[in-house]
Order: sequence, then structure tokens, then C-alpha cells
Amino acid sequence: MDFLTLIQILDSTVRLATPLLLACLAGLFSERAGVFDIGLEAKMLAAAFFSAAVAAITGDVWLGLLAGIVSSLIFALIHGIASITFRGDQLISGVALNFLASGMTVLIARDWFNEGGRTPALDGAARFQNITLPFADSVAGVPVLGPIYSELISGHTILVYVALLMVPLTWYILYRTRFGLRLRAVGENPGAVDTAGISVVRLRYAAVLIAGVLCGLAGAYLATGLAAGFTQNMTAGRGYIALAALIFAKWRPWYALGATMLFGLLDAIGNRYQSLELLGVPIPTQFMQALPYILTVVILAGFVGKAVPPRAGGEAYVKER
Amino acid sequence: MSADAGTPAIELKGISKAFGPVQANKDISIRVMPGTIHGIIGENGAGKSTLMSILYGFYKADAGEILIGGRPTPIPDSQAAIAAGIGMVFQHFKLVENFSVLENVVLGAESGARLTPSLSKARKLLTDLAKEYELNVDPDALIQDLGVGMQQRVEILKALYRQADILILDEPTGVLTPAEADHLFRILEGLKAQGKTIILITHKLREIMEITDTVSVMRRGEMTATVKTAETSPEELAELMVGRKVLLRVDKTPAQPGKTVLEVENLRVTDDKGVERLKSVSLSVRAGEILGIAGVAGNGQSELLEVLGGVRPATGTVRMNGTPLDLEGARSDARTRREQGIAHVPEDRHREGLILDFHAWENVGFGYHHDPKYNRGWLMDNDALRRDTEAKIARFDVRPANCWLTAKNFSGGNQQKIVIARELERNPDLLLVGQPTRGVDIGAIEFIHQQIVALRDAGKAVLLVSVELDEIMSLSDRIAVMFDGKIMGERLPSETNERELGLLMAGITDTDRAHSAEEVEANLAKSVGRRVQ
Repeated sequence: MDFLTLIQILDSTVRLATPLLLACLAGLFSERAGVFDIGLEAKMLAAAFFSAAVAAITGDVWLGLLAGIVSSLIFALIHGIASITFRGDQLISGVALNFLASGMTVLIARDWFNEGGRTPALDGAARFQNITLPFADSVAGVPVLGPIYSELISGHTILVYVALLMVPLTWYILYRTRFGLRLRAVGENPGAVDTAGISVVRLRYAAVLIAGVLCGLAGAYLATGLAAGFTQNMTAGRGYIALAALIFAKWRPWYALGATMLFGLLDAIGNRYQSLELLGVPIPTQFMQALPYILTVVILAGFVGKAVPPRAGGEAYVKER
Repeated sequence: MSADAGTPAIELKGISKAFGPVQANKDISIRVMPGTIHGIIGENGAGKSTLMSILYGFYKADAGEILIGGRPTPIPDSQAAIAAGIGMVFQHFKLVENFSVLENVVLGAESGARLTPSLSKARKLLTDLAKEYELNVDPDALIQDLGVGMQQRVEILKALYRQADILILDEPTGVLTPAEADHLFRILEGLKAQGKTIILITHKLREIMEITDTVSVMRRGEMTATVKTAETSPEELAELMVGRKVLLRVDKTPAQPGKTVLEVENLRVTDDKGVERLKSVSLSVRAGEILGIAGVAGNGQSELLEVLGGVRPATGTVRMNGTPLDLEGARSDARTRREQGIAHVPEDRHREGLILDFHAWENVGFGYHHDPKYNRGWLMDNDALRRDTEAKIARFDVRPANCWLTAKNFSGGNQQKIVIARELERNPDLLLVGQPTRGVDIGAIEFIHQQIVALRDAGKAVLLVSVELDEIMSLSDRIAVMFDGKIMGERLPSETNERELGLLMAGITDTDRAHSAEEVEANLAKSVGRRVQ
């Protein structure tokens, strides 16, 4: 494997990891506040569809992004109402939203565009374009560092950079602000937050809605950045993979970056080497493409260390004496 | 200070609160004078905690008025209570386990959106408070690494950091060793000297007599009396709590120990995390004797009971009436133990003693299913079981005497009587009994203690585990103290005292020397139970 191939695989890793990273951080906010969110998938899928649909209709990707975020927020709100206000089961609420999103997006797509559950292909201003960072072309010829800068670092859509910036931002919010302290506390012991005179409900809603915004970004990136339009079930389980990455990352922002990059890398390798021979034995394409999912199962089965989830996760808060 | 002159720090007028059909508080009025320690005593379910939760804005009263410093002050939520200068230390601490002391103190009372300035400001204040009130805690320690005594201090610091003038403590000594409790009382005296008002909720008469200025008694949701502590006696308070005369001391004759029933040698238990919970424990219990195991919760007493009761494997030797017991193999189960003459009243009746959603007769029937008396061929003879259960329930004075009621609908004391009835009616050679009176009202405590003593007098062996030192001292014929999975020593109740036992419970064996509270605290933190939760 030559250097350029490596750069290309890594470049592809970053692209493929971006939606996972955004979704993973979304899950991080929600679960750190004690609300398990298996509906990351639903929010991403809804955002992917509505961003692509609005971008296709208006021709403006920014309006598409807005629509994506709004749709994801609505899903987040439903999850909040069901699991925070009405103290329903968080897993069931999430699963229900997943079903709702997968059915609803295709149904509306057929009705609006009549293209068999897709949106029309997006191009031009209806899609996020790659940004060429300053001097990317001029340093491209410099050995080693040149391609790293011009190929790997430069040339992504704005959402990729947003996702990467979200990592230090999340870290700062979580560990260096009052809001972050309260957020972490409410996921560990809501009783402590309540008796300190802070509203558990409002904090949890805030966390769930932040997750909504981040999933909106993730979904919009899928349909208008990574791909050129919405296709049926295009999230392909990325919401679940993001959850696995979240566990792998032990609910920490920087670890989340590492974990999602690992999944992105496996995805990139699977895409690149569709037919690979190992010691003369051909490895089926399906196996390569299944790599991220296999890793997910391995992580969820608990083979990778012991991760301690937020202690009050998954439980609605009920006052007690 | 006179109890009826001046403006009270807190005045409650006609507070009522109902949970569905249960009237938790009925028209309660109380005046708490500033700069005093006011005790509120009552049995479980008397409504003490409900009343204080109303004062802290946790519940809303159905009727009544709250006056703080003479001014009517509505308290719709905890924030309003904090603003009114009220701080509360709950029985189950409200701390974030994986946060530092500093973060816990600051939570909800931060000085700005950014955390760093808040934390450094709090650090300074905390140092001052620690000096002023003997409340030394390392601000950077994580809560999960601190002992309960320390955690309680963090709760007090939290209240003081919010400038509370009124401090409510709900059963603060339930989890403390005597030395820790003494330290807490010194802190409370110090706070009182600074003009703070303290409300102490407890069910322990001794504490009320020791530290309070005034005491209010609650019974079944009503305030039955408010008296000056100096003008009352434990006997009078007990009568006010229960509504009839009660015997505070256990009436028993000296033991007549017979042959050795239970012999334990080098018993070791390692839990599933690989932590050694029992470290070579040896002891013996003879017929006609009660051996009390004292110790702070989590020092191996539970594991000891579980091993002997057949619900946890172990290594070592245990002989019952001379026959070695199987500790790891197929015959190490609870059913075999019962057949060998061991009855077991587990420590936690809700988790291990009862199935709360089952009827009383089903609960009393557990463990009797194999008895041919209750079987007809391969069917159970439930009628026979119910008939016998009714008789047992009557003998053990379970109220209401209705075997069709589900277990969760009985009071704590009556639930415990159901478990005790089931186990004692086996007529065992050895009774294992853990925390027999935890969460049990005084009336039932008296009855349960009498039953245990009666069993002893019938020539049976009893192994009693309790975290209540009073209970250990008054029931036991011999006391063994456990700390960190080991027996620290054995004493006779007549030749020891609370101070000595308290030191042994903290793992300090040179009990003749004086020890500081810090030393006790530091030593306690070394035990297995404190490190692994």
C-alpha cells in the first residue's frame, strides 16, 4: 500500500466518521444527563430526509440543513415528552421513534418526489461543497506533509469541520461550565440536583434537545454532504454504531473522537477493498462491509473493558423522601 | 432560652398532607426557637420525614402555613427553601458519587456560568467553614472514596455553603459508629453556638435525650406532644410515641449455654469482583446462647449470614451439631441448610425475606413446599398451608391477621413478624437473624426481641447480626465485633461498653488508649466495605 492510498483511506475515514461522531456526541449529551437514546438513528434519518427534500425543493442546502435540524428536534422533543415528562420507558420510546422515522421518510418521499422513496439527486448549491483550505493547492507538492494537508485536512465540507470542533467544545461545556456540571450530576444522581434546587426536567430537556441538534447535523451531512440526496434507510444503523462508539468511548468526548474514527476506518477499508485476498483465500465483500457491525457486536458484548454508564441512566426521575 | 418567648425560627401552622387515602400529616403545628436543637421523634411512618420534606419544598402541603422568622413563607420547591435559609441532610445522602467534594458543594450554587471561578471561590469558603465548625474534608476527594461520616459532613457543608440558618437532619446517626456520632453531635453543638437552628429527626431516644433542647413527638401523622428535653424521660417519650407503656430494656435471665451447635473455622469468602469479604473467620455458638455480631454495615457480616444460610459459597469449615456442612458443592443450598436445622431471617426483608406482591400465606409458606404435610400427590395442598399459616400469624401477632393480604400492605414491623414467624416455626437448632428490627416500630421491636430470647431459653442457638449497637448490647450473651472481614474480638456485654465496641468496629484493638475521631475515621476508610460499594 503506497502513501497516497493510505492518505485516501484516512480521508475517507474522516468523511465516514463525521456522522458517527456527531451522533455519538448527541448520545453523549443525552446519556450523560441520564436519558438513554436508542433513537439517534431515527433523528438522523428524519434529518437526512428533510434536509435533502428541502434542499431539493429550494435549491438551498442551508435551508435544507435548517429543515434537518428542526425535524430532528421534533423527534427529540417527542422522546423528551415520552421519557421525561411522562416517565415512559426510554428504550421503548427510542425504538418507536426508529420505526416511525424509517416508515415516515420513505412514505413522504414517495408522495413528494415519486422516485421510489428517494429524493432527486442534489447538486450545486443544494449540496454542501468541499472547502479548500488556504494554500492547499500550493503545498500539495511538498512531500508527506503536502498530501496530508491538501488531501486529508483540506477539502471537506463545512460540517466535517463543525463535527471536529464539537469535540473540544463538548469537552469544555461538560467539564468547564456550570451547565456541564449540572448535566453530569443529573445523569449520576438526579436527587442531588433536585435537592440543590435545580429542575431535573429542564436540564434533561436541554440535553435531549442538544442531542436533537447534533443528530440533525449528522443526518443533514449524510444526505447533503456525504451523499447527494436521500435514499431509503440511508443511515444504515449508524445510530446504533454511534451508541456502540459511545460505550467504547466511556461517555467521554475525546474518546468519542477516537472511537468513531476507528469505526470510520473500518468502514473506509471495507469500501476500498471490496475484494481482498488474504493468504490466497478471497475474503468476501460482505465480510469487509460488515466490519463496523462486527466491531459493534464485539463492543456491546463487553469484550472491550468495563464501561460504567451514568448511574441514573435509563430511569425517569421520581421524587422520593 | 425559653421555649415560648420570642419569634420562632420556624413555625408550622395546621400542616396537613395526604397520599391517597393515607393521611401522612394531620393538622400539625410546631414552633422551633432559633439557636436550639429541636428533636422530632416518632416511629416509622409517623410522618416525620413527610413533614420535613414539606418544609424543604419536596412536597406541597394540602393545608397549612409555614412561617420563617415570623414571616409567612410559601415553599413551593427546594429552591425556595434554600432561599429561606433552610438546609437539609437527607437520610440517604444526595451526593454525586463520582464528583469531588468541591463539585458537590458547588452544584446548584455556582457563582457564574464558568466553573473554574466558582470552584476556587468555594474552595476558600470551604476552608473557612471547615475551620469554624470542625468539618474537615479534603475538597478534592471523590465522594465514592469517602466513608459515610465524611459524606455526611459534605452534606452539612453543602447546607452551610448556601448560608443555611436552619439545618434539618433526617436520621443522621443511622449509619455512623458511636465515635462518628459523637463527632457529629459536637459539630451540631458548634453550629448551635453560632446561632443556627437545628431540627433533628430520629427514632433513637438516647440521641434525643443527649443533644436536643426541645422534643416533639409524632404518632400516626399527628403531633402528640412538644416538651422540653430536660423535663422528660425516655420512658415518657416512648409511651408518647407508641401510645402505651413499652419495655425499653430486654427482659432476660442469664444464659444457660449447652453444647456447641455451630462451629466456624477459617471461613473465607471472595466475591465476584475478586475482593475478599471474609478473611478467615472463626467463631462458635452454643445451645441456649445468643451471639451478637456487631460492626459497621459492609464489614462482612452479611456475607457470614449468607454463607451459613446457604446462599453464598465459601471455603473453610463449618460444623453444625458436629456434622461438617457442604460450603461449595451441590448440598450447599438453603434447602439443605434448613434440613440441617438452620433457620435464616435475612437482613433485607424486602429483597430476600419476602415477595412483596405475594399473599401473606404464600410468604409464610416459603420453604415448606416440600413438606409432605402440604402436598397431595404432586399437587400442593394450599388449604392445609393456609390453615397452618393462619395459626402462625395469630401466634406471632401479625396485624392485620389476614393471610390474603399481600406482603407489601403490611407495616414494616408486621412484615418482619411474617418472616420471623416462618423461620421460628421451623423450630430450628440455630437461628440466623440479620437486622431483626431495622425499620420496625418500637412495639414490634419489643415483641421480636422477646421471641428471640424465648427461642434461646428453649435451648436453641442464635446468631444475631445488627448494626444497632443498642440491640447487640441488650440481646446478646456474647458479642463478637467484625471489621474488614475479620473478627476483631469477643466481649461479654457486662464487661464492655459502647466506646470500646465502637473502637473495635473501627478496627482499633488497643481500646484502652484514647483515639481521635480522625483516627477512627481514617481507619474505617480502610475496610473492604468502604472501599468497594
